[in-house]
Amino acid sequence: MTTLITGGRVIDPGRLNGPAEVLIEQGKIAAVGQNLLAATGKDTASVTVIDATGKLVLPGFVDLHVHFREPGFEYKETIATGSASAVAGGFTSVCCMPNTNPVNDSQSVTEFILEKARAAGNCAVFPVGAITKGSEGKELAEIGDLRRAGCVAISDDGRPVMNSLVMRRAMEYALAFDLPVIDHCEDLHLSEGGCMNEGLVSTELGLAGIPAAAEDVMVARNIALAELTGARLHLAHVSTAGSVRMVREAKARGIRVTAEACPHHFSLTEEAVRGFDTLAKMNPPLRAWQDVQAIKEGLTDGTIDAIATDHAPHAVQDKQREFADAPFGIVGLETALPLTLALVEEGLLSLEQAVAKLTTEPAKAFSLAKGSLAPGADADLVLVDQQQSWEVDPSRFRSKSKNTPFAGWKVKGRVIRTVVGGRTVYELAHG
Amino acid sequence: MSLKQKDLTTIASLSPDEIMLILETADSFKEVSGREIKKVPALRGKTVVNFFFEPSTRTRTSFELAAKRLSADVINFSPSSSSVVKGETLLDTARNIEAMQADIIVLRHQAAGAAETLARGVKSSVINAGDGWHEHPTQALLDLFTMREKHRTFKGLTVAIVGDLAHSRVARSNIYALAKMGAEVRAVGPPTMIPACLDRLGVKVYHHMDEALHGVDVIMMLRLQLERQGRALFPTIREYSRLYGLTADRVRLANAGAMIMHPGPINRGVEIAPDVADSFSSVILDQVTNGVAVRMAVLYLLAGAN
Repeated sequence: MTTLITGGRVIDPGRLNGPAEVLIEQGKIAAVGQNLLAATGKDTASVTVIDATGKLVLPGFVDLHVHFREPGFEYKETIATGSASAVAGGFTSVCCMPNTNPVNDSQSVTEFILEKARAAGNCAVFPVGAITKGSEGKELAEIGDLRRAGCVAISDDGRPVMNSLVMRRAMEYALAFDLPVIDHCEDLHLSEGGCMNEGLVSTELGLAGIPAAAEDVMVARNIALAELTGARLHLAHVSTAGSVRMVREAKARGIRVTAEACPHHFSLTEEAVRGFDTLAKMNPPLRAWQDVQAIKEGLTDGTIDAIATDHAPHAVQDKQREFADAPFGIVGLETALPLTLALVEEGLLSLEQAVAKLTTEPAKAFSLAKGSLAPGADADLVLVDQQQSWEVDPSRFRSKSKNTPFAGWKVKGRVIRTVVGGRTVYELAHG
Repeated sequence: MSLKQKDLTTIASLSPDEIMLILETADSFKEVSGREIKKVPALRGKTVVNFFFEPSTRTRTSFELAAKRLSADVINFSPSSSSVVKGETLLDTARNIEAMQADIIVLRHQAAGAAETLARGVKSSVINAGDGWHEHPTQALLDLFTMREKHRTFKGLTVAIVGDLAHSRVARSNIYALAKMGAEVRAVGPPTMIPACLDRLGVKVYHHMDEALHGVDVIMMLRLQLERQGRALFPTIREYSRLYGLTADRVRLANAGAMIMHPGPINRGVEIAPDVADSFSSVILDQVTNGVAVRMAVLYLLAGAN
């Protein structure tokens, strides 16, 4: 089966940025260029033509950080609904965190996730395995087995490894498999009981704060351990000016560290918590204006490699609780694109840089053979109408959960069609 | 006259005029409490529900008396005797109470924001009787009422609030109220008990009590929550008391005739010396008396708004 995408502007970061056709054969990218049909010698009748006139044609997005809740919390999200949400947001590869029940600390859980993803047939799902058994921070999980079963990185996610010796050993051990070690940087003593950023707003609202230092302390530790061990360190959802500064400095010194930032951390500040809105509760918390500026600078100068969503679905009844008792997290897959494109409008990123932060850069961070339109690559692409304005309506989300602080936002830039392995898996109605 | 808003969940949401309206309304209700027959029919036929998730004697009793003196029917409802322990959400429980035609719900809850959340979800008026560390608006109003009995204006008044401001809803509500009315507020305590960015609320922060008390007209002591020892906020009660306890010697540093306030219950010999608590300058029991009048005013004005 042959598909030709014509008339669009192709952005394949670092390779091509301009009008081009994309030819897809057998689920792979066959060629990108001009007048491709003639070269194949096929007649038009045997080729499916997708008209992308006026649209951007991009590699499918790669999200290094999602929570699909299965197994264990299927009422919030399943791998099927989560991956449906992914493709609706233009993501064709997602890395799902191990904080399920049971925790993904074994080959069998990894295989279960991969099997569910295959059955759903929406997009590529790359499991992230636990660093320690049960993510309890004590004994290493069978990292070699996890790798063999298909895990692309390891993380104890929301239960960061507090014991620095265990973290050191995990980094050393992971070196044998060249696996990135992800840390959600949070000193659990400093953040204890906290539910929002510590600062003026937490003081006014009488909510326990999580100081920026709770993140900074662990970023500093992890960079020191990466330097000691030579391991590949990936910092999840950096949210503070201090983190950005330390990552910038570590990169300059040649330490192997990559970092991701979430759209909510560059789109909102702690002010969003006023009114005790639990949809503005996530971890790390929304920070102060200076932190948001630092994240943006980090994205501009390349300190922050990738934009990841930290898609964290929670049911209505979970979030409809008192602020301190509500769980952390928001869904993000279906709003990430326009929030990222807003950085282009602001002049902070070129369009190609913005695309790179959603495609080539995250793929590189975890060594995924994704995020590119090179000949021979999987034909994972997304067609985007950069100019289309729309209003975020959570009731239309593909995700099972609707917990977003962006409801009602007027945004610009919309996914028109998503293709995975040459097959259209999502198409916007009336696109 | 009435308040425009359905609820009283924060001082932050009141204008200076509304604060004055409440205080002036409380003036006339204080007179009622001095009568032989302490009752007026203003809220006859209305139902007030005291919905208290935290143990409280003073505030709950004060609201109960206030409602009864206005001839309202009062129900007391506390979670130990309710379905809340069975996992029902605050909002669901409150909706059940509302379905029994409660006009006003008085809520005390350990979570900051509980009153605002509830107010958005029910049609009844909601009065915040303390939500976590956030606000305790009627306490601040009764404190202002008490200050006003001696000082006719808040402008130029200097008030020191001493103790654990980080974990105090009384402190927050007083800071908002006093700032709105033009008073100067000093926050006094060890840095571990001063919340982040407090100075940005227009408060002057002091860590040395003797320095802070110079020239103040009102000394408001906060209750030291003894269970916080061991949370690294202060080393021992002994040292806390030495550094931040109010003694007769320290009272002399303040302006002559300075008022001594405390929201209660007091820890005698910890944050306040017994002779100071019982002294002529102490208005601690006036605060309790005035609490009933102020709560009558709030109930009356909110009932009028509905």
